[in-house]
Amino acid sequence: MEGRRTEPRGELVRPYAVTRGRTEPQRDITLEAVLSASATAAAESRFAGHDKHRIATICEGRAQSLAEIAAYTRMPLGVTRVLVADMVAEGLLTLHTAAPTMGFVERMNLLGRVLSGLREL
Amino acid sequence: MDFANYDPASASREIISAKIVVAGGFGVGKTTLVGAISEITPLTTEAIMTTAGVGIDDPSKVPGKETTTVAMDFGRITMAQDLILYLFGTPGQTRFWFMWDEIIRGAVGAAVLVDTRRITDAFAPLDYFENRQLPYVVALNRFDGAPDYELAEVREALAIPADVPLVLTDARSRDSVKQVLVTVVEHAMSRLQAEHNRGFPTPVG
Repeated sequence: MEGRRTEPRGELVRPYAVTRGRTEPQRDITLEAVLSASATAAAESRFAGHDKHRIATICEGRAQSLAEIAAYTRMPLGVTRVLVADMVAEGLLTLHTAAPTMGFVERMNLLGRVLSGLREL
Repeated sequence: MDFANYDPASASREIISAKIVVAGGFGVGKTTLVGAISEITPLTTEAIMTTAGVGIDDPSKVPGKETTTVAMDFGRITMAQDLILYLFGTPGQTRFWFMWDEIIRGAVGAAVLVDTRRITDAFAPLDYFENRQLPYVVALNRFDGAPDYELAEVREALAIPADVPLVLTDARSRDSVKQVLVTVVEHAMSRLQAEHNRGFPTPVG
């Protein structure tokens, strides 16, 4: 019995219908990772289905985080992540760098920019 | 369709985002704090999981597994065309640790908001950040009619290490919240510098 314990995410059949049951994204995308869609990609997304088109429209010409996309579409985070990762692979969305992958110098520079940005508010 | 049409809005310009985590007990004012400084009305994003998945019961023994929605509020500050800061509030229920792990991944640091009327609510978040080695500061939210403790008393009561900044704040005030966030970033920078000097790898959250 112990060995048959399933991944909790695997049991979420209904919310994952829009991803055809897939619960694992093609790539890891953090909550604050920023995505955008070009006008061309947004137009092209019309043929990619309702949900993807909605996401591309939200991101057209402006940077939106994974968390914002989930909030605006009212889709659960996990579902949104699967769709967004697919769209990055399909060239419908551009994934911009988020902080985690940085080395020391880059990270210090980023923190310095955030600090002066806050002070200027 | 014109594929040669260059679109500067998204093509190759890198946009960097960073995030700061706001933690604390239920009703301590996390969303108020985020809302005081965010350029957008705080948004809510939800993660769904089965109640069996929160680590309390064995899923195989739960009849008709129910799903639980874990909500978190967040805000945004666009600092430059290529730099966005996000503020994420942790879910009120501290048992949803899986969500906390997701929220702190790659974070600059955290602010733990404390209500002096329910000071023990801060224990769980403090322990969590200490364990995960995420730089954090403690911000005492001033509520009307709340007991007026000295900062030193609070530091002692919560066993906050000497090198962790402890500040007073009013979560409704933009200037006050700004000061808390400045303290978080300054603390994160000095921690990062100290770790670098000692030859530690860069923490990734």
